[in-house]
Amino acid sequence: MNAVTSLSPPIPLAELPRQRHGTVAAVDWQRLAAPEAKRLRELGLDEGVEVELLHRAGMFGGPLACRIGRMTVALRRHVAGAIHVAPAVG
Amino acid sequence: MNPAPLVALVGNPNAGKSALFNALTGARQKVGNYPGVTVERHSGRMALPDGRPVELVDLPGAYSLDPSSPDEQVTRDVVLGKQEGERLPDAIVVVVDASNLDNHLRFALQLIALGLPLIVALNMVDLAERDGLKLDPEALERELGVPVVPTVAVRRRGLDALKERMAEVVKTGMHPLRDGKGVQHDIVVLQRRARQIAEAATLSETAVRRWTHRLDAIALHPVAGPVLLLGLLFVMFQAVFAWSQTPIEWIEGLMGWVGTEVGAALPEGWFRSLIVDGLIAGVGAVVVFLPQILILFAFILVLEASGYMVRAAFLMDRLMSSVGLSGRAFIPLLSSFACAVPGIMATRTIDDEKDRLTTILIAPLMTCSARLPVYTIIIAAFIPDRSVLPGVGMQGLVLFGLYVMGIVGAFFAALLLRRTVTKGASSGFMMEMPKYQWPRLRDVALGLWQRAWIFLKRAGTTIALTVTLLWVLASYPVAPQGVKQSEYSIAGRIASGIEVVVKPIGFNHDISLALLPAMAAREAAVAAIGTVYAVDNSDGDTGQARIREQMRARWTLPTALAFLMWFVFAPQCISTIAVTRRETNGWRWPMFMIGYLFVLAYVSAGITYWSAVALGF
Repeated sequence: MNAVTSLSPPIPLAELPRQRHGTVAAVDWQRLAAPEAKRLRELGLDEGVEVELLHRAGMFGGPLACRIGRMTVALRRHVAGAIHVAPAVG
Repeated sequence: MNPAPLVALVGNPNAGKSALFNALTGARQKVGNYPGVTVERHSGRMALPDGRPVELVDLPGAYSLDPSSPDEQVTRDVVLGKQEGERLPDAIVVVVDASNLDNHLRFALQLIALGLPLIVALNMVDLAERDGLKLDPEALERELGVPVVPTVAVRRRGLDALKERMAEVVKTGMHPLRDGKGVQHDIVVLQRRARQIAEAATLSETAVRRWTHRLDAIALHPVAGPVLLLGLLFVMFQAVFAWSQTPIEWIEGLMGWVGTEVGAALPEGWFRSLIVDGLIAGVGAVVVFLPQILILFAFILVLEASGYMVRAAFLMDRLMSSVGLSGRAFIPLLSSFACAVPGIMATRTIDDEKDRLTTILIAPLMTCSARLPVYTIIIAAFIPDRSVLPGVGMQGLVLFGLYVMGIVGAFFAALLLRRTVTKGASSGFMMEMPKYQWPRLRDVALGLWQRAWIFLKRAGTTIALTVTLLWVLASYPVAPQGVKQSEYSIAGRIASGIEVVVKPIGFNHDISLALLPAMAAREAAVAAIGTVYAVDNSDGDTGQARIREQMRARWTLPTALAFLMWFVFAPQCISTIAVTRRETNGWRWPMFMIGYLFVLAYVSAGITYWSAVALGF
């Protein structure tokens, strides 16, 4: 992809600052249950896809709303923790 | 004669498939079931531009040909020609969301590889443009090698072009054999190919802050979001009471008129009594609740169609996970407020078995619309009609309290069940959040019409039969002078037997009598009470005002409150039990459900009664 040079080191999606996008660098598929991993792939998550953390539900560890490609997806935090993102600089 | 060619609508969830189905078939739809599985089959008729009829079937939304749920399995089996009760489609229309091509094309690629005649409906192109996305349908057509038609199903745009292309690909008698071999199953390979094609078909992409995101900034806000959700639910329940008064009066007037006219036309005697006091009074007592049920369903349909429902699930996930469920359970549970039957059927979207079972078991605790007639009449009789705050009536507040009671009960039940009978790891929560859109009046109206029809059919069959039977049992043998008919009759004697069991929790003879028909359908309790009072008072006046007056004279406040509590928990609905049996494949879980809910109902009605008496009400 064209943005490789402008990327910082990968961080978990759960820790991406809100409304800052990045590119999926790696996914820890082993940390996810098999059906979870399958659904996540079906929702379009893959290395190289652009993602963004949009919203967090409440402050008590509720789910996260993320943009995966052009789709908005609700995820629980442990799933977002298994997705490593290279944040775009800017 | 050969049957009409079969065309299957296939696509991802949220691609606008059902809207396209509605647009193509209008009201000419049939809802059935696939044999052996509990998946609904939606089909309809349409005519091609050349006049040929086509049968259109709307298959359940799926992400791939590798199923994770019974719904997805039906979709796969139909397109492979392996589904019992369905022939291999003559053609497929793949519905894809224009603004979500990378994702939706993946499934389209799998379907194209099957080799059936196929058209891609590039749906919701208007929303894609609004999001700053310009697409080239011709480039997409070249890349995919199949016809592509841009459509906006909700605005009926592109339908004629779609029908033209359908007429070209649908040729009767051509049935290529398919075995599903050679279909690419590696999701990563498909996904990357889909992304390449999407990129090739995209002319330009401007970063527009989509208004879905702007709305989500409020709807999903940690503080504003839950406040908005609570406010919406509160408005919904207030509206059920406030907006329904005028139409209820119309229906009452109509039923009263029918009763008088029919009464005048029939000769005096037992037959007139059966028709007027039994049938018309009984069915009338239930039909008056149609406006409230429709208002409730209207809210739910609009929330669903607008895309807000998934946001509500998102907000509820944290709370639901604390009792071992996921936010996904919120949608079936909210539907259960209208009726537990579609609610329990909606649990199919929950992948995890234990999660799903728990949701099914607690769904009847959500106050369904059939309980409204019972609540309404008791509240109207015993709770004063005054304002607590401007715009907030005391009666509405009590009703809200009853709903809350059911929810609290459900949460504790879930907590207990997840630690005992449905023990297991939580399955997590992962859901696509569709873009917001204006619900189409037509689609909502169609949904409402289907609900109204089901309700009226029930009133005309199950409830009519129950109240007729009850009238016979309540009218014979005829009581001698000075003895109450409702106690002397057969029904009265059966009720006396039940009364022994329910007397400790404050239930009187009338209630005992109403409990039995309420097993068939909850709202029949009101009809039963109406019938009993009509039988006791031969003047035939059975309007709601009359029933209320009678109740005030015969019931104490603690009894009325205990009766309300009973209805919050008691599993009184044969349809719910039947659907639970079907969805859990056996009698084990429905029996368990009946048992635990009756115990819960008895204990909580008892506690309410004893405390109310102790407090001196």
